[in-house]
Amino acid sequence: MQQQPGYSPIRYMLALAFFWLMAITRGYCDGPQATPSIFAPASTPAHEIYSFSFFVLAITGAIFVSVASLLVYVMIKYRARAGEEESEPPQVYGSVQVELAWTIIPVLIVAVLFLTTARIIFAIQDAPEPKSALNVTVIGHQFWWEFRYPQLGIVTANELHIPVSSKQHPQATYLRLLSADVDHSFWVPQLGGKTDLIPNHPNEMWYQPTATGMYVGQCAQFCGVEHAKMLIRVYVDTPEQFQAWVANQQKAGVEDPKVAAGRHLFETEACMNCHTVRGTAAKGTFGPDLTHLMSRSTIAAGAALNTPEDLHKWIENPANFKDGALMPAMQLSDQQIDDLVAYLTTLH
Amino acid sequence: MADQPVPIAGPLEVAYPTRGTFLEWLHSWVTTVDHKKIGIMYIVYSLFFMMVAGAEAMLIRIQLAIPNNHAISPEMYNELFTMHGTTMVFLVGMPILFGLANYIVPLQIGARDMAFPRLNAFSFWLTAFGGFLLYYSFIGGFGLYGMGNAPDAGWFAYAPLTLRSFSPGHSIDYWAAALILSGFGTLGTAINIIATTLSMRCRGMTLMRMPLFTWLLLVVSGLTLVTITPLTAAQVMLLLDRYAGAHFFDAQAGGSPLLWIHFFWVFGHPEVYVLVLPAFAVANEVIPVFSRKAIFGYPAMVAASVGIGFTSLAVWAHHMFTVGMSAAGNSFFVLSTMVVGIFTGIKMFNWLATMWGGSIRFATPMLFCIGFLFQFLIAGLTGIMLAAAPWDWQLHNSYFLIAHFHYVLVGAIVMCIFAAVYYWYPKAMGRRLSETLGKWHFWVFVIGFHMTFDTMHFVGFLGMPRSIYTYEADRGWNTLNMVISIGAFIQTIGVLIFAWNLVYSYFYGEEAGSDPWDAWTLEWATPSPPPVYNFATEPEVRSRRPLWDIKHPQDPDWKYEP
Repeated sequence: MQQQPGYSPIRYMLALAFFWLMAITRGYCDGPQATPSIFAPASTPAHEIYSFSFFVLAITGAIFVSVASLLVYVMIKYRARAGEEESEPPQVYGSVQVELAWTIIPVLIVAVLFLTTARIIFAIQDAPEPKSALNVTVIGHQFWWEFRYPQLGIVTANELHIPVSSKQHPQATYLRLLSADVDHSFWVPQLGGKTDLIPNHPNEMWYQPTATGMYVGQCAQFCGVEHAKMLIRVYVDTPEQFQAWVANQQKAGVEDPKVAAGRHLFETEACMNCHTVRGTAAKGTFGPDLTHLMSRSTIAAGAALNTPEDLHKWIENPANFKDGALMPAMQLSDQQIDDLVAYLTTLH
Repeated sequence: MADQPVPIAGPLEVAYPTRGTFLEWLHSWVTTVDHKKIGIMYIVYSLFFMMVAGAEAMLIRIQLAIPNNHAISPEMYNELFTMHGTTMVFLVGMPILFGLANYIVPLQIGARDMAFPRLNAFSFWLTAFGGFLLYYSFIGGFGLYGMGNAPDAGWFAYAPLTLRSFSPGHSIDYWAAALILSGFGTLGTAINIIATTLSMRCRGMTLMRMPLFTWLLLVVSGLTLVTITPLTAAQVMLLLDRYAGAHFFDAQAGGSPLLWIHFFWVFGHPEVYVLVLPAFAVANEVIPVFSRKAIFGYPAMVAASVGIGFTSLAVWAHHMFTVGMSAAGNSFFVLSTMVVGIFTGIKMFNWLATMWGGSIRFATPMLFCIGFLFQFLIAGLTGIMLAAAPWDWQLHNSYFLIAHFHYVLVGAIVMCIFAAVYYWYPKAMGRRLSETLGKWHFWVFVIGFHMTFDTMHFVGFLGMPRSIYTYEADRGWNTLNMVISIGAFIQTIGVLIFAWNLVYSYFYGEEAGSDPWDAWTLEWATPSPPPVYNFATEPEVRSRRPLWDIKHPQDPDWKYEP
């Protein structure tokens, strides 16, 4: 009956230490990482959330340490000892003063927490949009992302390019979030929090990234069979890289007479009903814009690499990578697929 | 004292059931209106579905143990997590708590049965039918390919994913119909508990002398009446959208998918308190008895519970910080959510004060309650982190969120359910559960629990979202996911020990007598198991702990109570 309390405080200390270590080490290195940790911020809203999270952690951590040690103390101090089986301890029914004390102290803590939280909410959500901001319209589809740059006349998919911000040239990117079908959520942890894409309910969020590189994220609201394969890549470019990228994207699709067979297939089979290649007859909007397909490093919203082999397997049957992808297997012969892939690989 | 019923209500003879044929036995259960038999049926029904939903969780963890795993197809995975969530909330959480209420409340208030015994039986069978209907979808709810198909849109079932354009077939119809049905059962039981507690209390039992368990179930039942209704309304709207050409959630026709999210959480958040308040209720009984002290601050506990009940109706949109509400809207829900923390803080401190100065006995029910206190502390604090909206923009729908609510649902509620079963099993079955197996169960389960759910917080920090059937190998989530899966298997072993204990002790357990824990409320004044009529004559009480008064005639409670 006199078992020691069930929880090893040491394990918790270790876990906590691990957490702090992880947070601090990840936090110090600025820039993109393979693991999209929320403790490795690389953009303004993420930085603010990061510092705010340590404030909340400090308060909740202090509460945890005091209440948990109280619990452990009570368990050890007031455990039943041999010979106490027959007698009962003195009965205490309550105390108004004590109740008041442990009501008022939490009220004060809540007041502090609430005011700080509200300040950060307003700072992030109601930040006025600068005139120089780049606008991108993000449209969620089952199971891929469409990115439109209304100021630049660019349409692309799954891999978002935005310019980096610096002290000399502050540059924000404002995302307008729409959905073409069901609810989705846009989340790139190193750049900022997530915001949902809800049909008939346009939302907005913004980034002001401080380090260049490729940041990963993915859809964070269950949206159907392939929700797990709705990955996001955000390339934060230097201003020069970004200008070069924009210039390329604004061109019409490349024409190469060597791949005429593939192009003919693309425009006579069902491909063109869903896909656009600007400058050609293909003007479908149901699937990703392929005008500059080769400027992307992945296909199928990150489910496969953008290599001829993966393209072949994907066109042969999208279920090879994504069971629930809405693109059908077109029942083409190997030769036809090879021709198509040859055409697609010219779309730089 | 432990062997003889405390003679609070005249002499009683134990009614030994006579052995009949199997059909007679079956008939006696199917047609019963006895609150104790219905309570046991509720509990057995929920434990059965707990095993089923637990098995679903195991399949989920097998799939997620390694990256890019192909153990389960994406379609199957989505069905599994949808059914796991729906089952645990609607077929395990609510029925088991209503089962406990059914069994304990009339005994605690000295009544012979619930206020409406036939409504009680009707409610149980509605709930049970709802559960079996939901599971029939595995063979009956055909989807696109004409094969059996369970609901697969998540337990939150956000429209428009549930509309016919995105969910053809009938799996969503089974989901909606099953929940409407079991919802009516739940409403019936809630009405019954309210009527019973308000009008069936024995002589001398004023509202402020009612045991806290019963008090909290009264609050829960009131809350149930207002939370289940919006869910039922939303299900009806969904079915109208699907079959009658309505456009509540159909964005193409000008409907509002956001409306579903509001409706769902107007139900969904109070629902959390519908589940957790009964867990508090169990702790309110077990902690004083095993600390050998009266509950500290009874009026504050009642006030805090009622406060939680009301506040919980104004916090739903803290599930919606990412849907794009205004900054002022977000701030309001931050504040209301943190206010709940004040009330739960009061409860936590009162439990600690009850133990303070006591003589704590670490029997199995108490072990589980201490586990509850510790885990609920963490769950509350991670709740504060999630309530801090800017941080929630990162944490929402990540594995941190999954860890947080499993800390509430498993770390607090399931732990209290285990405590309740260990505490009241002797009353219901006449035999104690084995303490040795109980301690094994506790330690194995707690170790598995912490492996699984502590680790989930970290994988959430590292950016892993919920509801994904697989993940990329280069994300740095591999080891943590393996640890989570191993922990889940250890928990399974713990639950199997529990199941074995239930069966083994039914046949070989130590005879309990009427009052094995030397407790103080009225249910311990009648034999174990209690006769059909509970009490031969109506008991009369003068304080909150009638059996304490009898056991300590020199120092009764009523001297100190207002």
